Amino acid sequence: MLIKVPKSSDCKESDVTPESLYISRRSLLGGVIAGLAASALPRWASAEDAGRYPDVEPGKAPPWFAQKLPETKWQAVNVKDEAITPFKDATHYNNFYEFGADKGDPAANAGALKTEPWSVVVDGEVGKPGRYALEDFMKPYQLEERIYRLRCVEAWSMVIPWIGFPISELLKQVEPTSKAKYIRFETLQDPKSMPGQRSGFALIDWPYVEGLRLDEAMHPLAIMAVGMYGRELPNQNGAPLRLVVPWKYGFKSIKSIVRISLVEQQPKTTWQSIAANEYGFYANVNPTVDHPRWTQARERRLPSGLFSPNVRETQMFNGYADEVASLYTGLDLRKNY
Amino acid sequence: MRYPLWRLGVFIVAAIWPLFWLYQAWASALGPDPGKVLVDRLGLGTLIFLLITLSMTPLQKLTGWAGWIAVRRQLGLWCFAYVVLHLSAYAVFILGLDWSQLGVELRKRPYIIVGSLGFLGLLALAVTSNRYSQRRLGSRWKKLHRLVYLILGLGLLHMLWIVRADLKEWAIYASIGALLLLLRVPPVTRRIPRLLVKKPSSATKA
Repeated sequence: MLIKVPKSSDCKESDVTPESLYISRRSLLGGVIAGLAASALPRWASAEDAGRYPDVEPGKAPPWFAQKLPETKWQAVNVKDEAITPFKDATHYNNFYEFGADKGDPAANAGALKTEPWSVVVDGEVGKPGRYALEDFMKPYQLEERIYRLRCVEAWSMVIPWIGFPISELLKQVEPTSKAKYIRFETLQDPKSMPGQRSGFALIDWPYVEGLRLDEAMHPLAIMAVGMYGRELPNQNGAPLRLVVPWKYGFKSIKSIVRISLVEQQPKTTWQSIAANEYGFYANVNPTVDHPRWTQARERRLPSGLFSPNVRETQMFNGYADEVASLYTGLDLRKNY
Repeated sequence: MRYPLWRLGVFIVAAIWPLFWLYQAWASALGPDPGKVLVDRLGLGTLIFLLITLSMTPLQKLTGWAGWIAVRRQLGLWCFAYVVLHLSAYAVFILGLDWSQLGVELRKRPYIIVGSLGFLGLLALAVTSNRYSQRRLGSRWKKLHRLVYLILGLGLLHMLWIVRADLKEWAIYASIGALLLLLRVPPVTRRIPRLLVKKPSSATKA
């Protein structure tokens, strides 16, 4: 089953606040500078790709990533009239409870995470189960840049240029059996490098678990990401392999994945287990269904200055309704939040 | 007025934090969502001042120094000042001054309701913190100001309902609060002064 992505996966609401106009003016300037820098460099220079966005800290890309990066399809999906969040904010304001509950903790603590070597277990209802070294796991895939809105369940949002590949490609490789109805993901459990997993007061039963219905996972907008801002993923953003599902709240997009299982039953996800009345399995961005503790009608697009708050209306399915709404026809989204 | 320097010192230390945070926000040192950070810090500041205020009486009993009591009212008023700043920051940075939304939040969110009750309690204590009210209310003043124990409970509940994934920080504040309340249980209170006052008295006997 193939679902065509209309080119307009971009948000249409063109009523942009003066503040975001101001910021997009800056990013336009940044883009021009990046473009100039790119055109000044030879094609094969790897610095070019990191230079696509301003102020990107260069990382230490693993060989398989450096090899694939030049073939990347840049801006395969883009947003319209929206500024990309500065790299510094996207990498220093994170929810990654394995590294601590404060927004700055992941950036401060994730350095201890060892992403090489990394292996991914594929199991459950698949024709080709196994444990794969990440470089082998990644072999079949062509990288694409996907610039997506990211809406956190806590009512803040960003715009992030991910690099990854569609989950549908992965499913083609692992050959789900006819019994497979859901896909389940699991984050690394390693208390030695993850201080949050050592806390005796944690409400989370590690490891972190997330899941999608198989048709959601097959949707062309749902990707596995390995990079962002023209480089590999920084550890605090879920290196080396994470999920990105742009029409769902951010907590669905599980980080640092070590296990992918195709299963028959709907997996019990981490946040559902902690508070089922607050976090559902679907977790689709929906401005009309409040979180019990706060409204989801609006969001703070970061960076949101102290005296120039950048608050905007939240869009149904985070602005991807045209593409994904058909997945949920006949489903009561108030009950299946 | 006794202990003028001590009182002034407490005043400066209490006043400096919000100014420093405002400076940090202005210098973009609070990250991409400074409004949220300010709301959180001011809320936590309120709880901390409440705990500090409540520790003055036990400290005075332990050490016998009257300076602790001399700053107790000031600290209580700082607690109130922080909660006013916390609410103002919430209204501006989180609500975006959308008052109709405030109505919704006040009806629908238990943690907002509990927080508002705590604020009303602190307001009542702040407006009756002057000598005139003390004289007017007489013995009822003391009863009224026992409300602070309830306010501590409301504050801790307000914080508990905001916690999402890790209870450690909350557990620390809650246990300090529980300790401070325990020290006020009469049988326990009676034993505190003996701990310290006994020593010098037994020393003089020997």
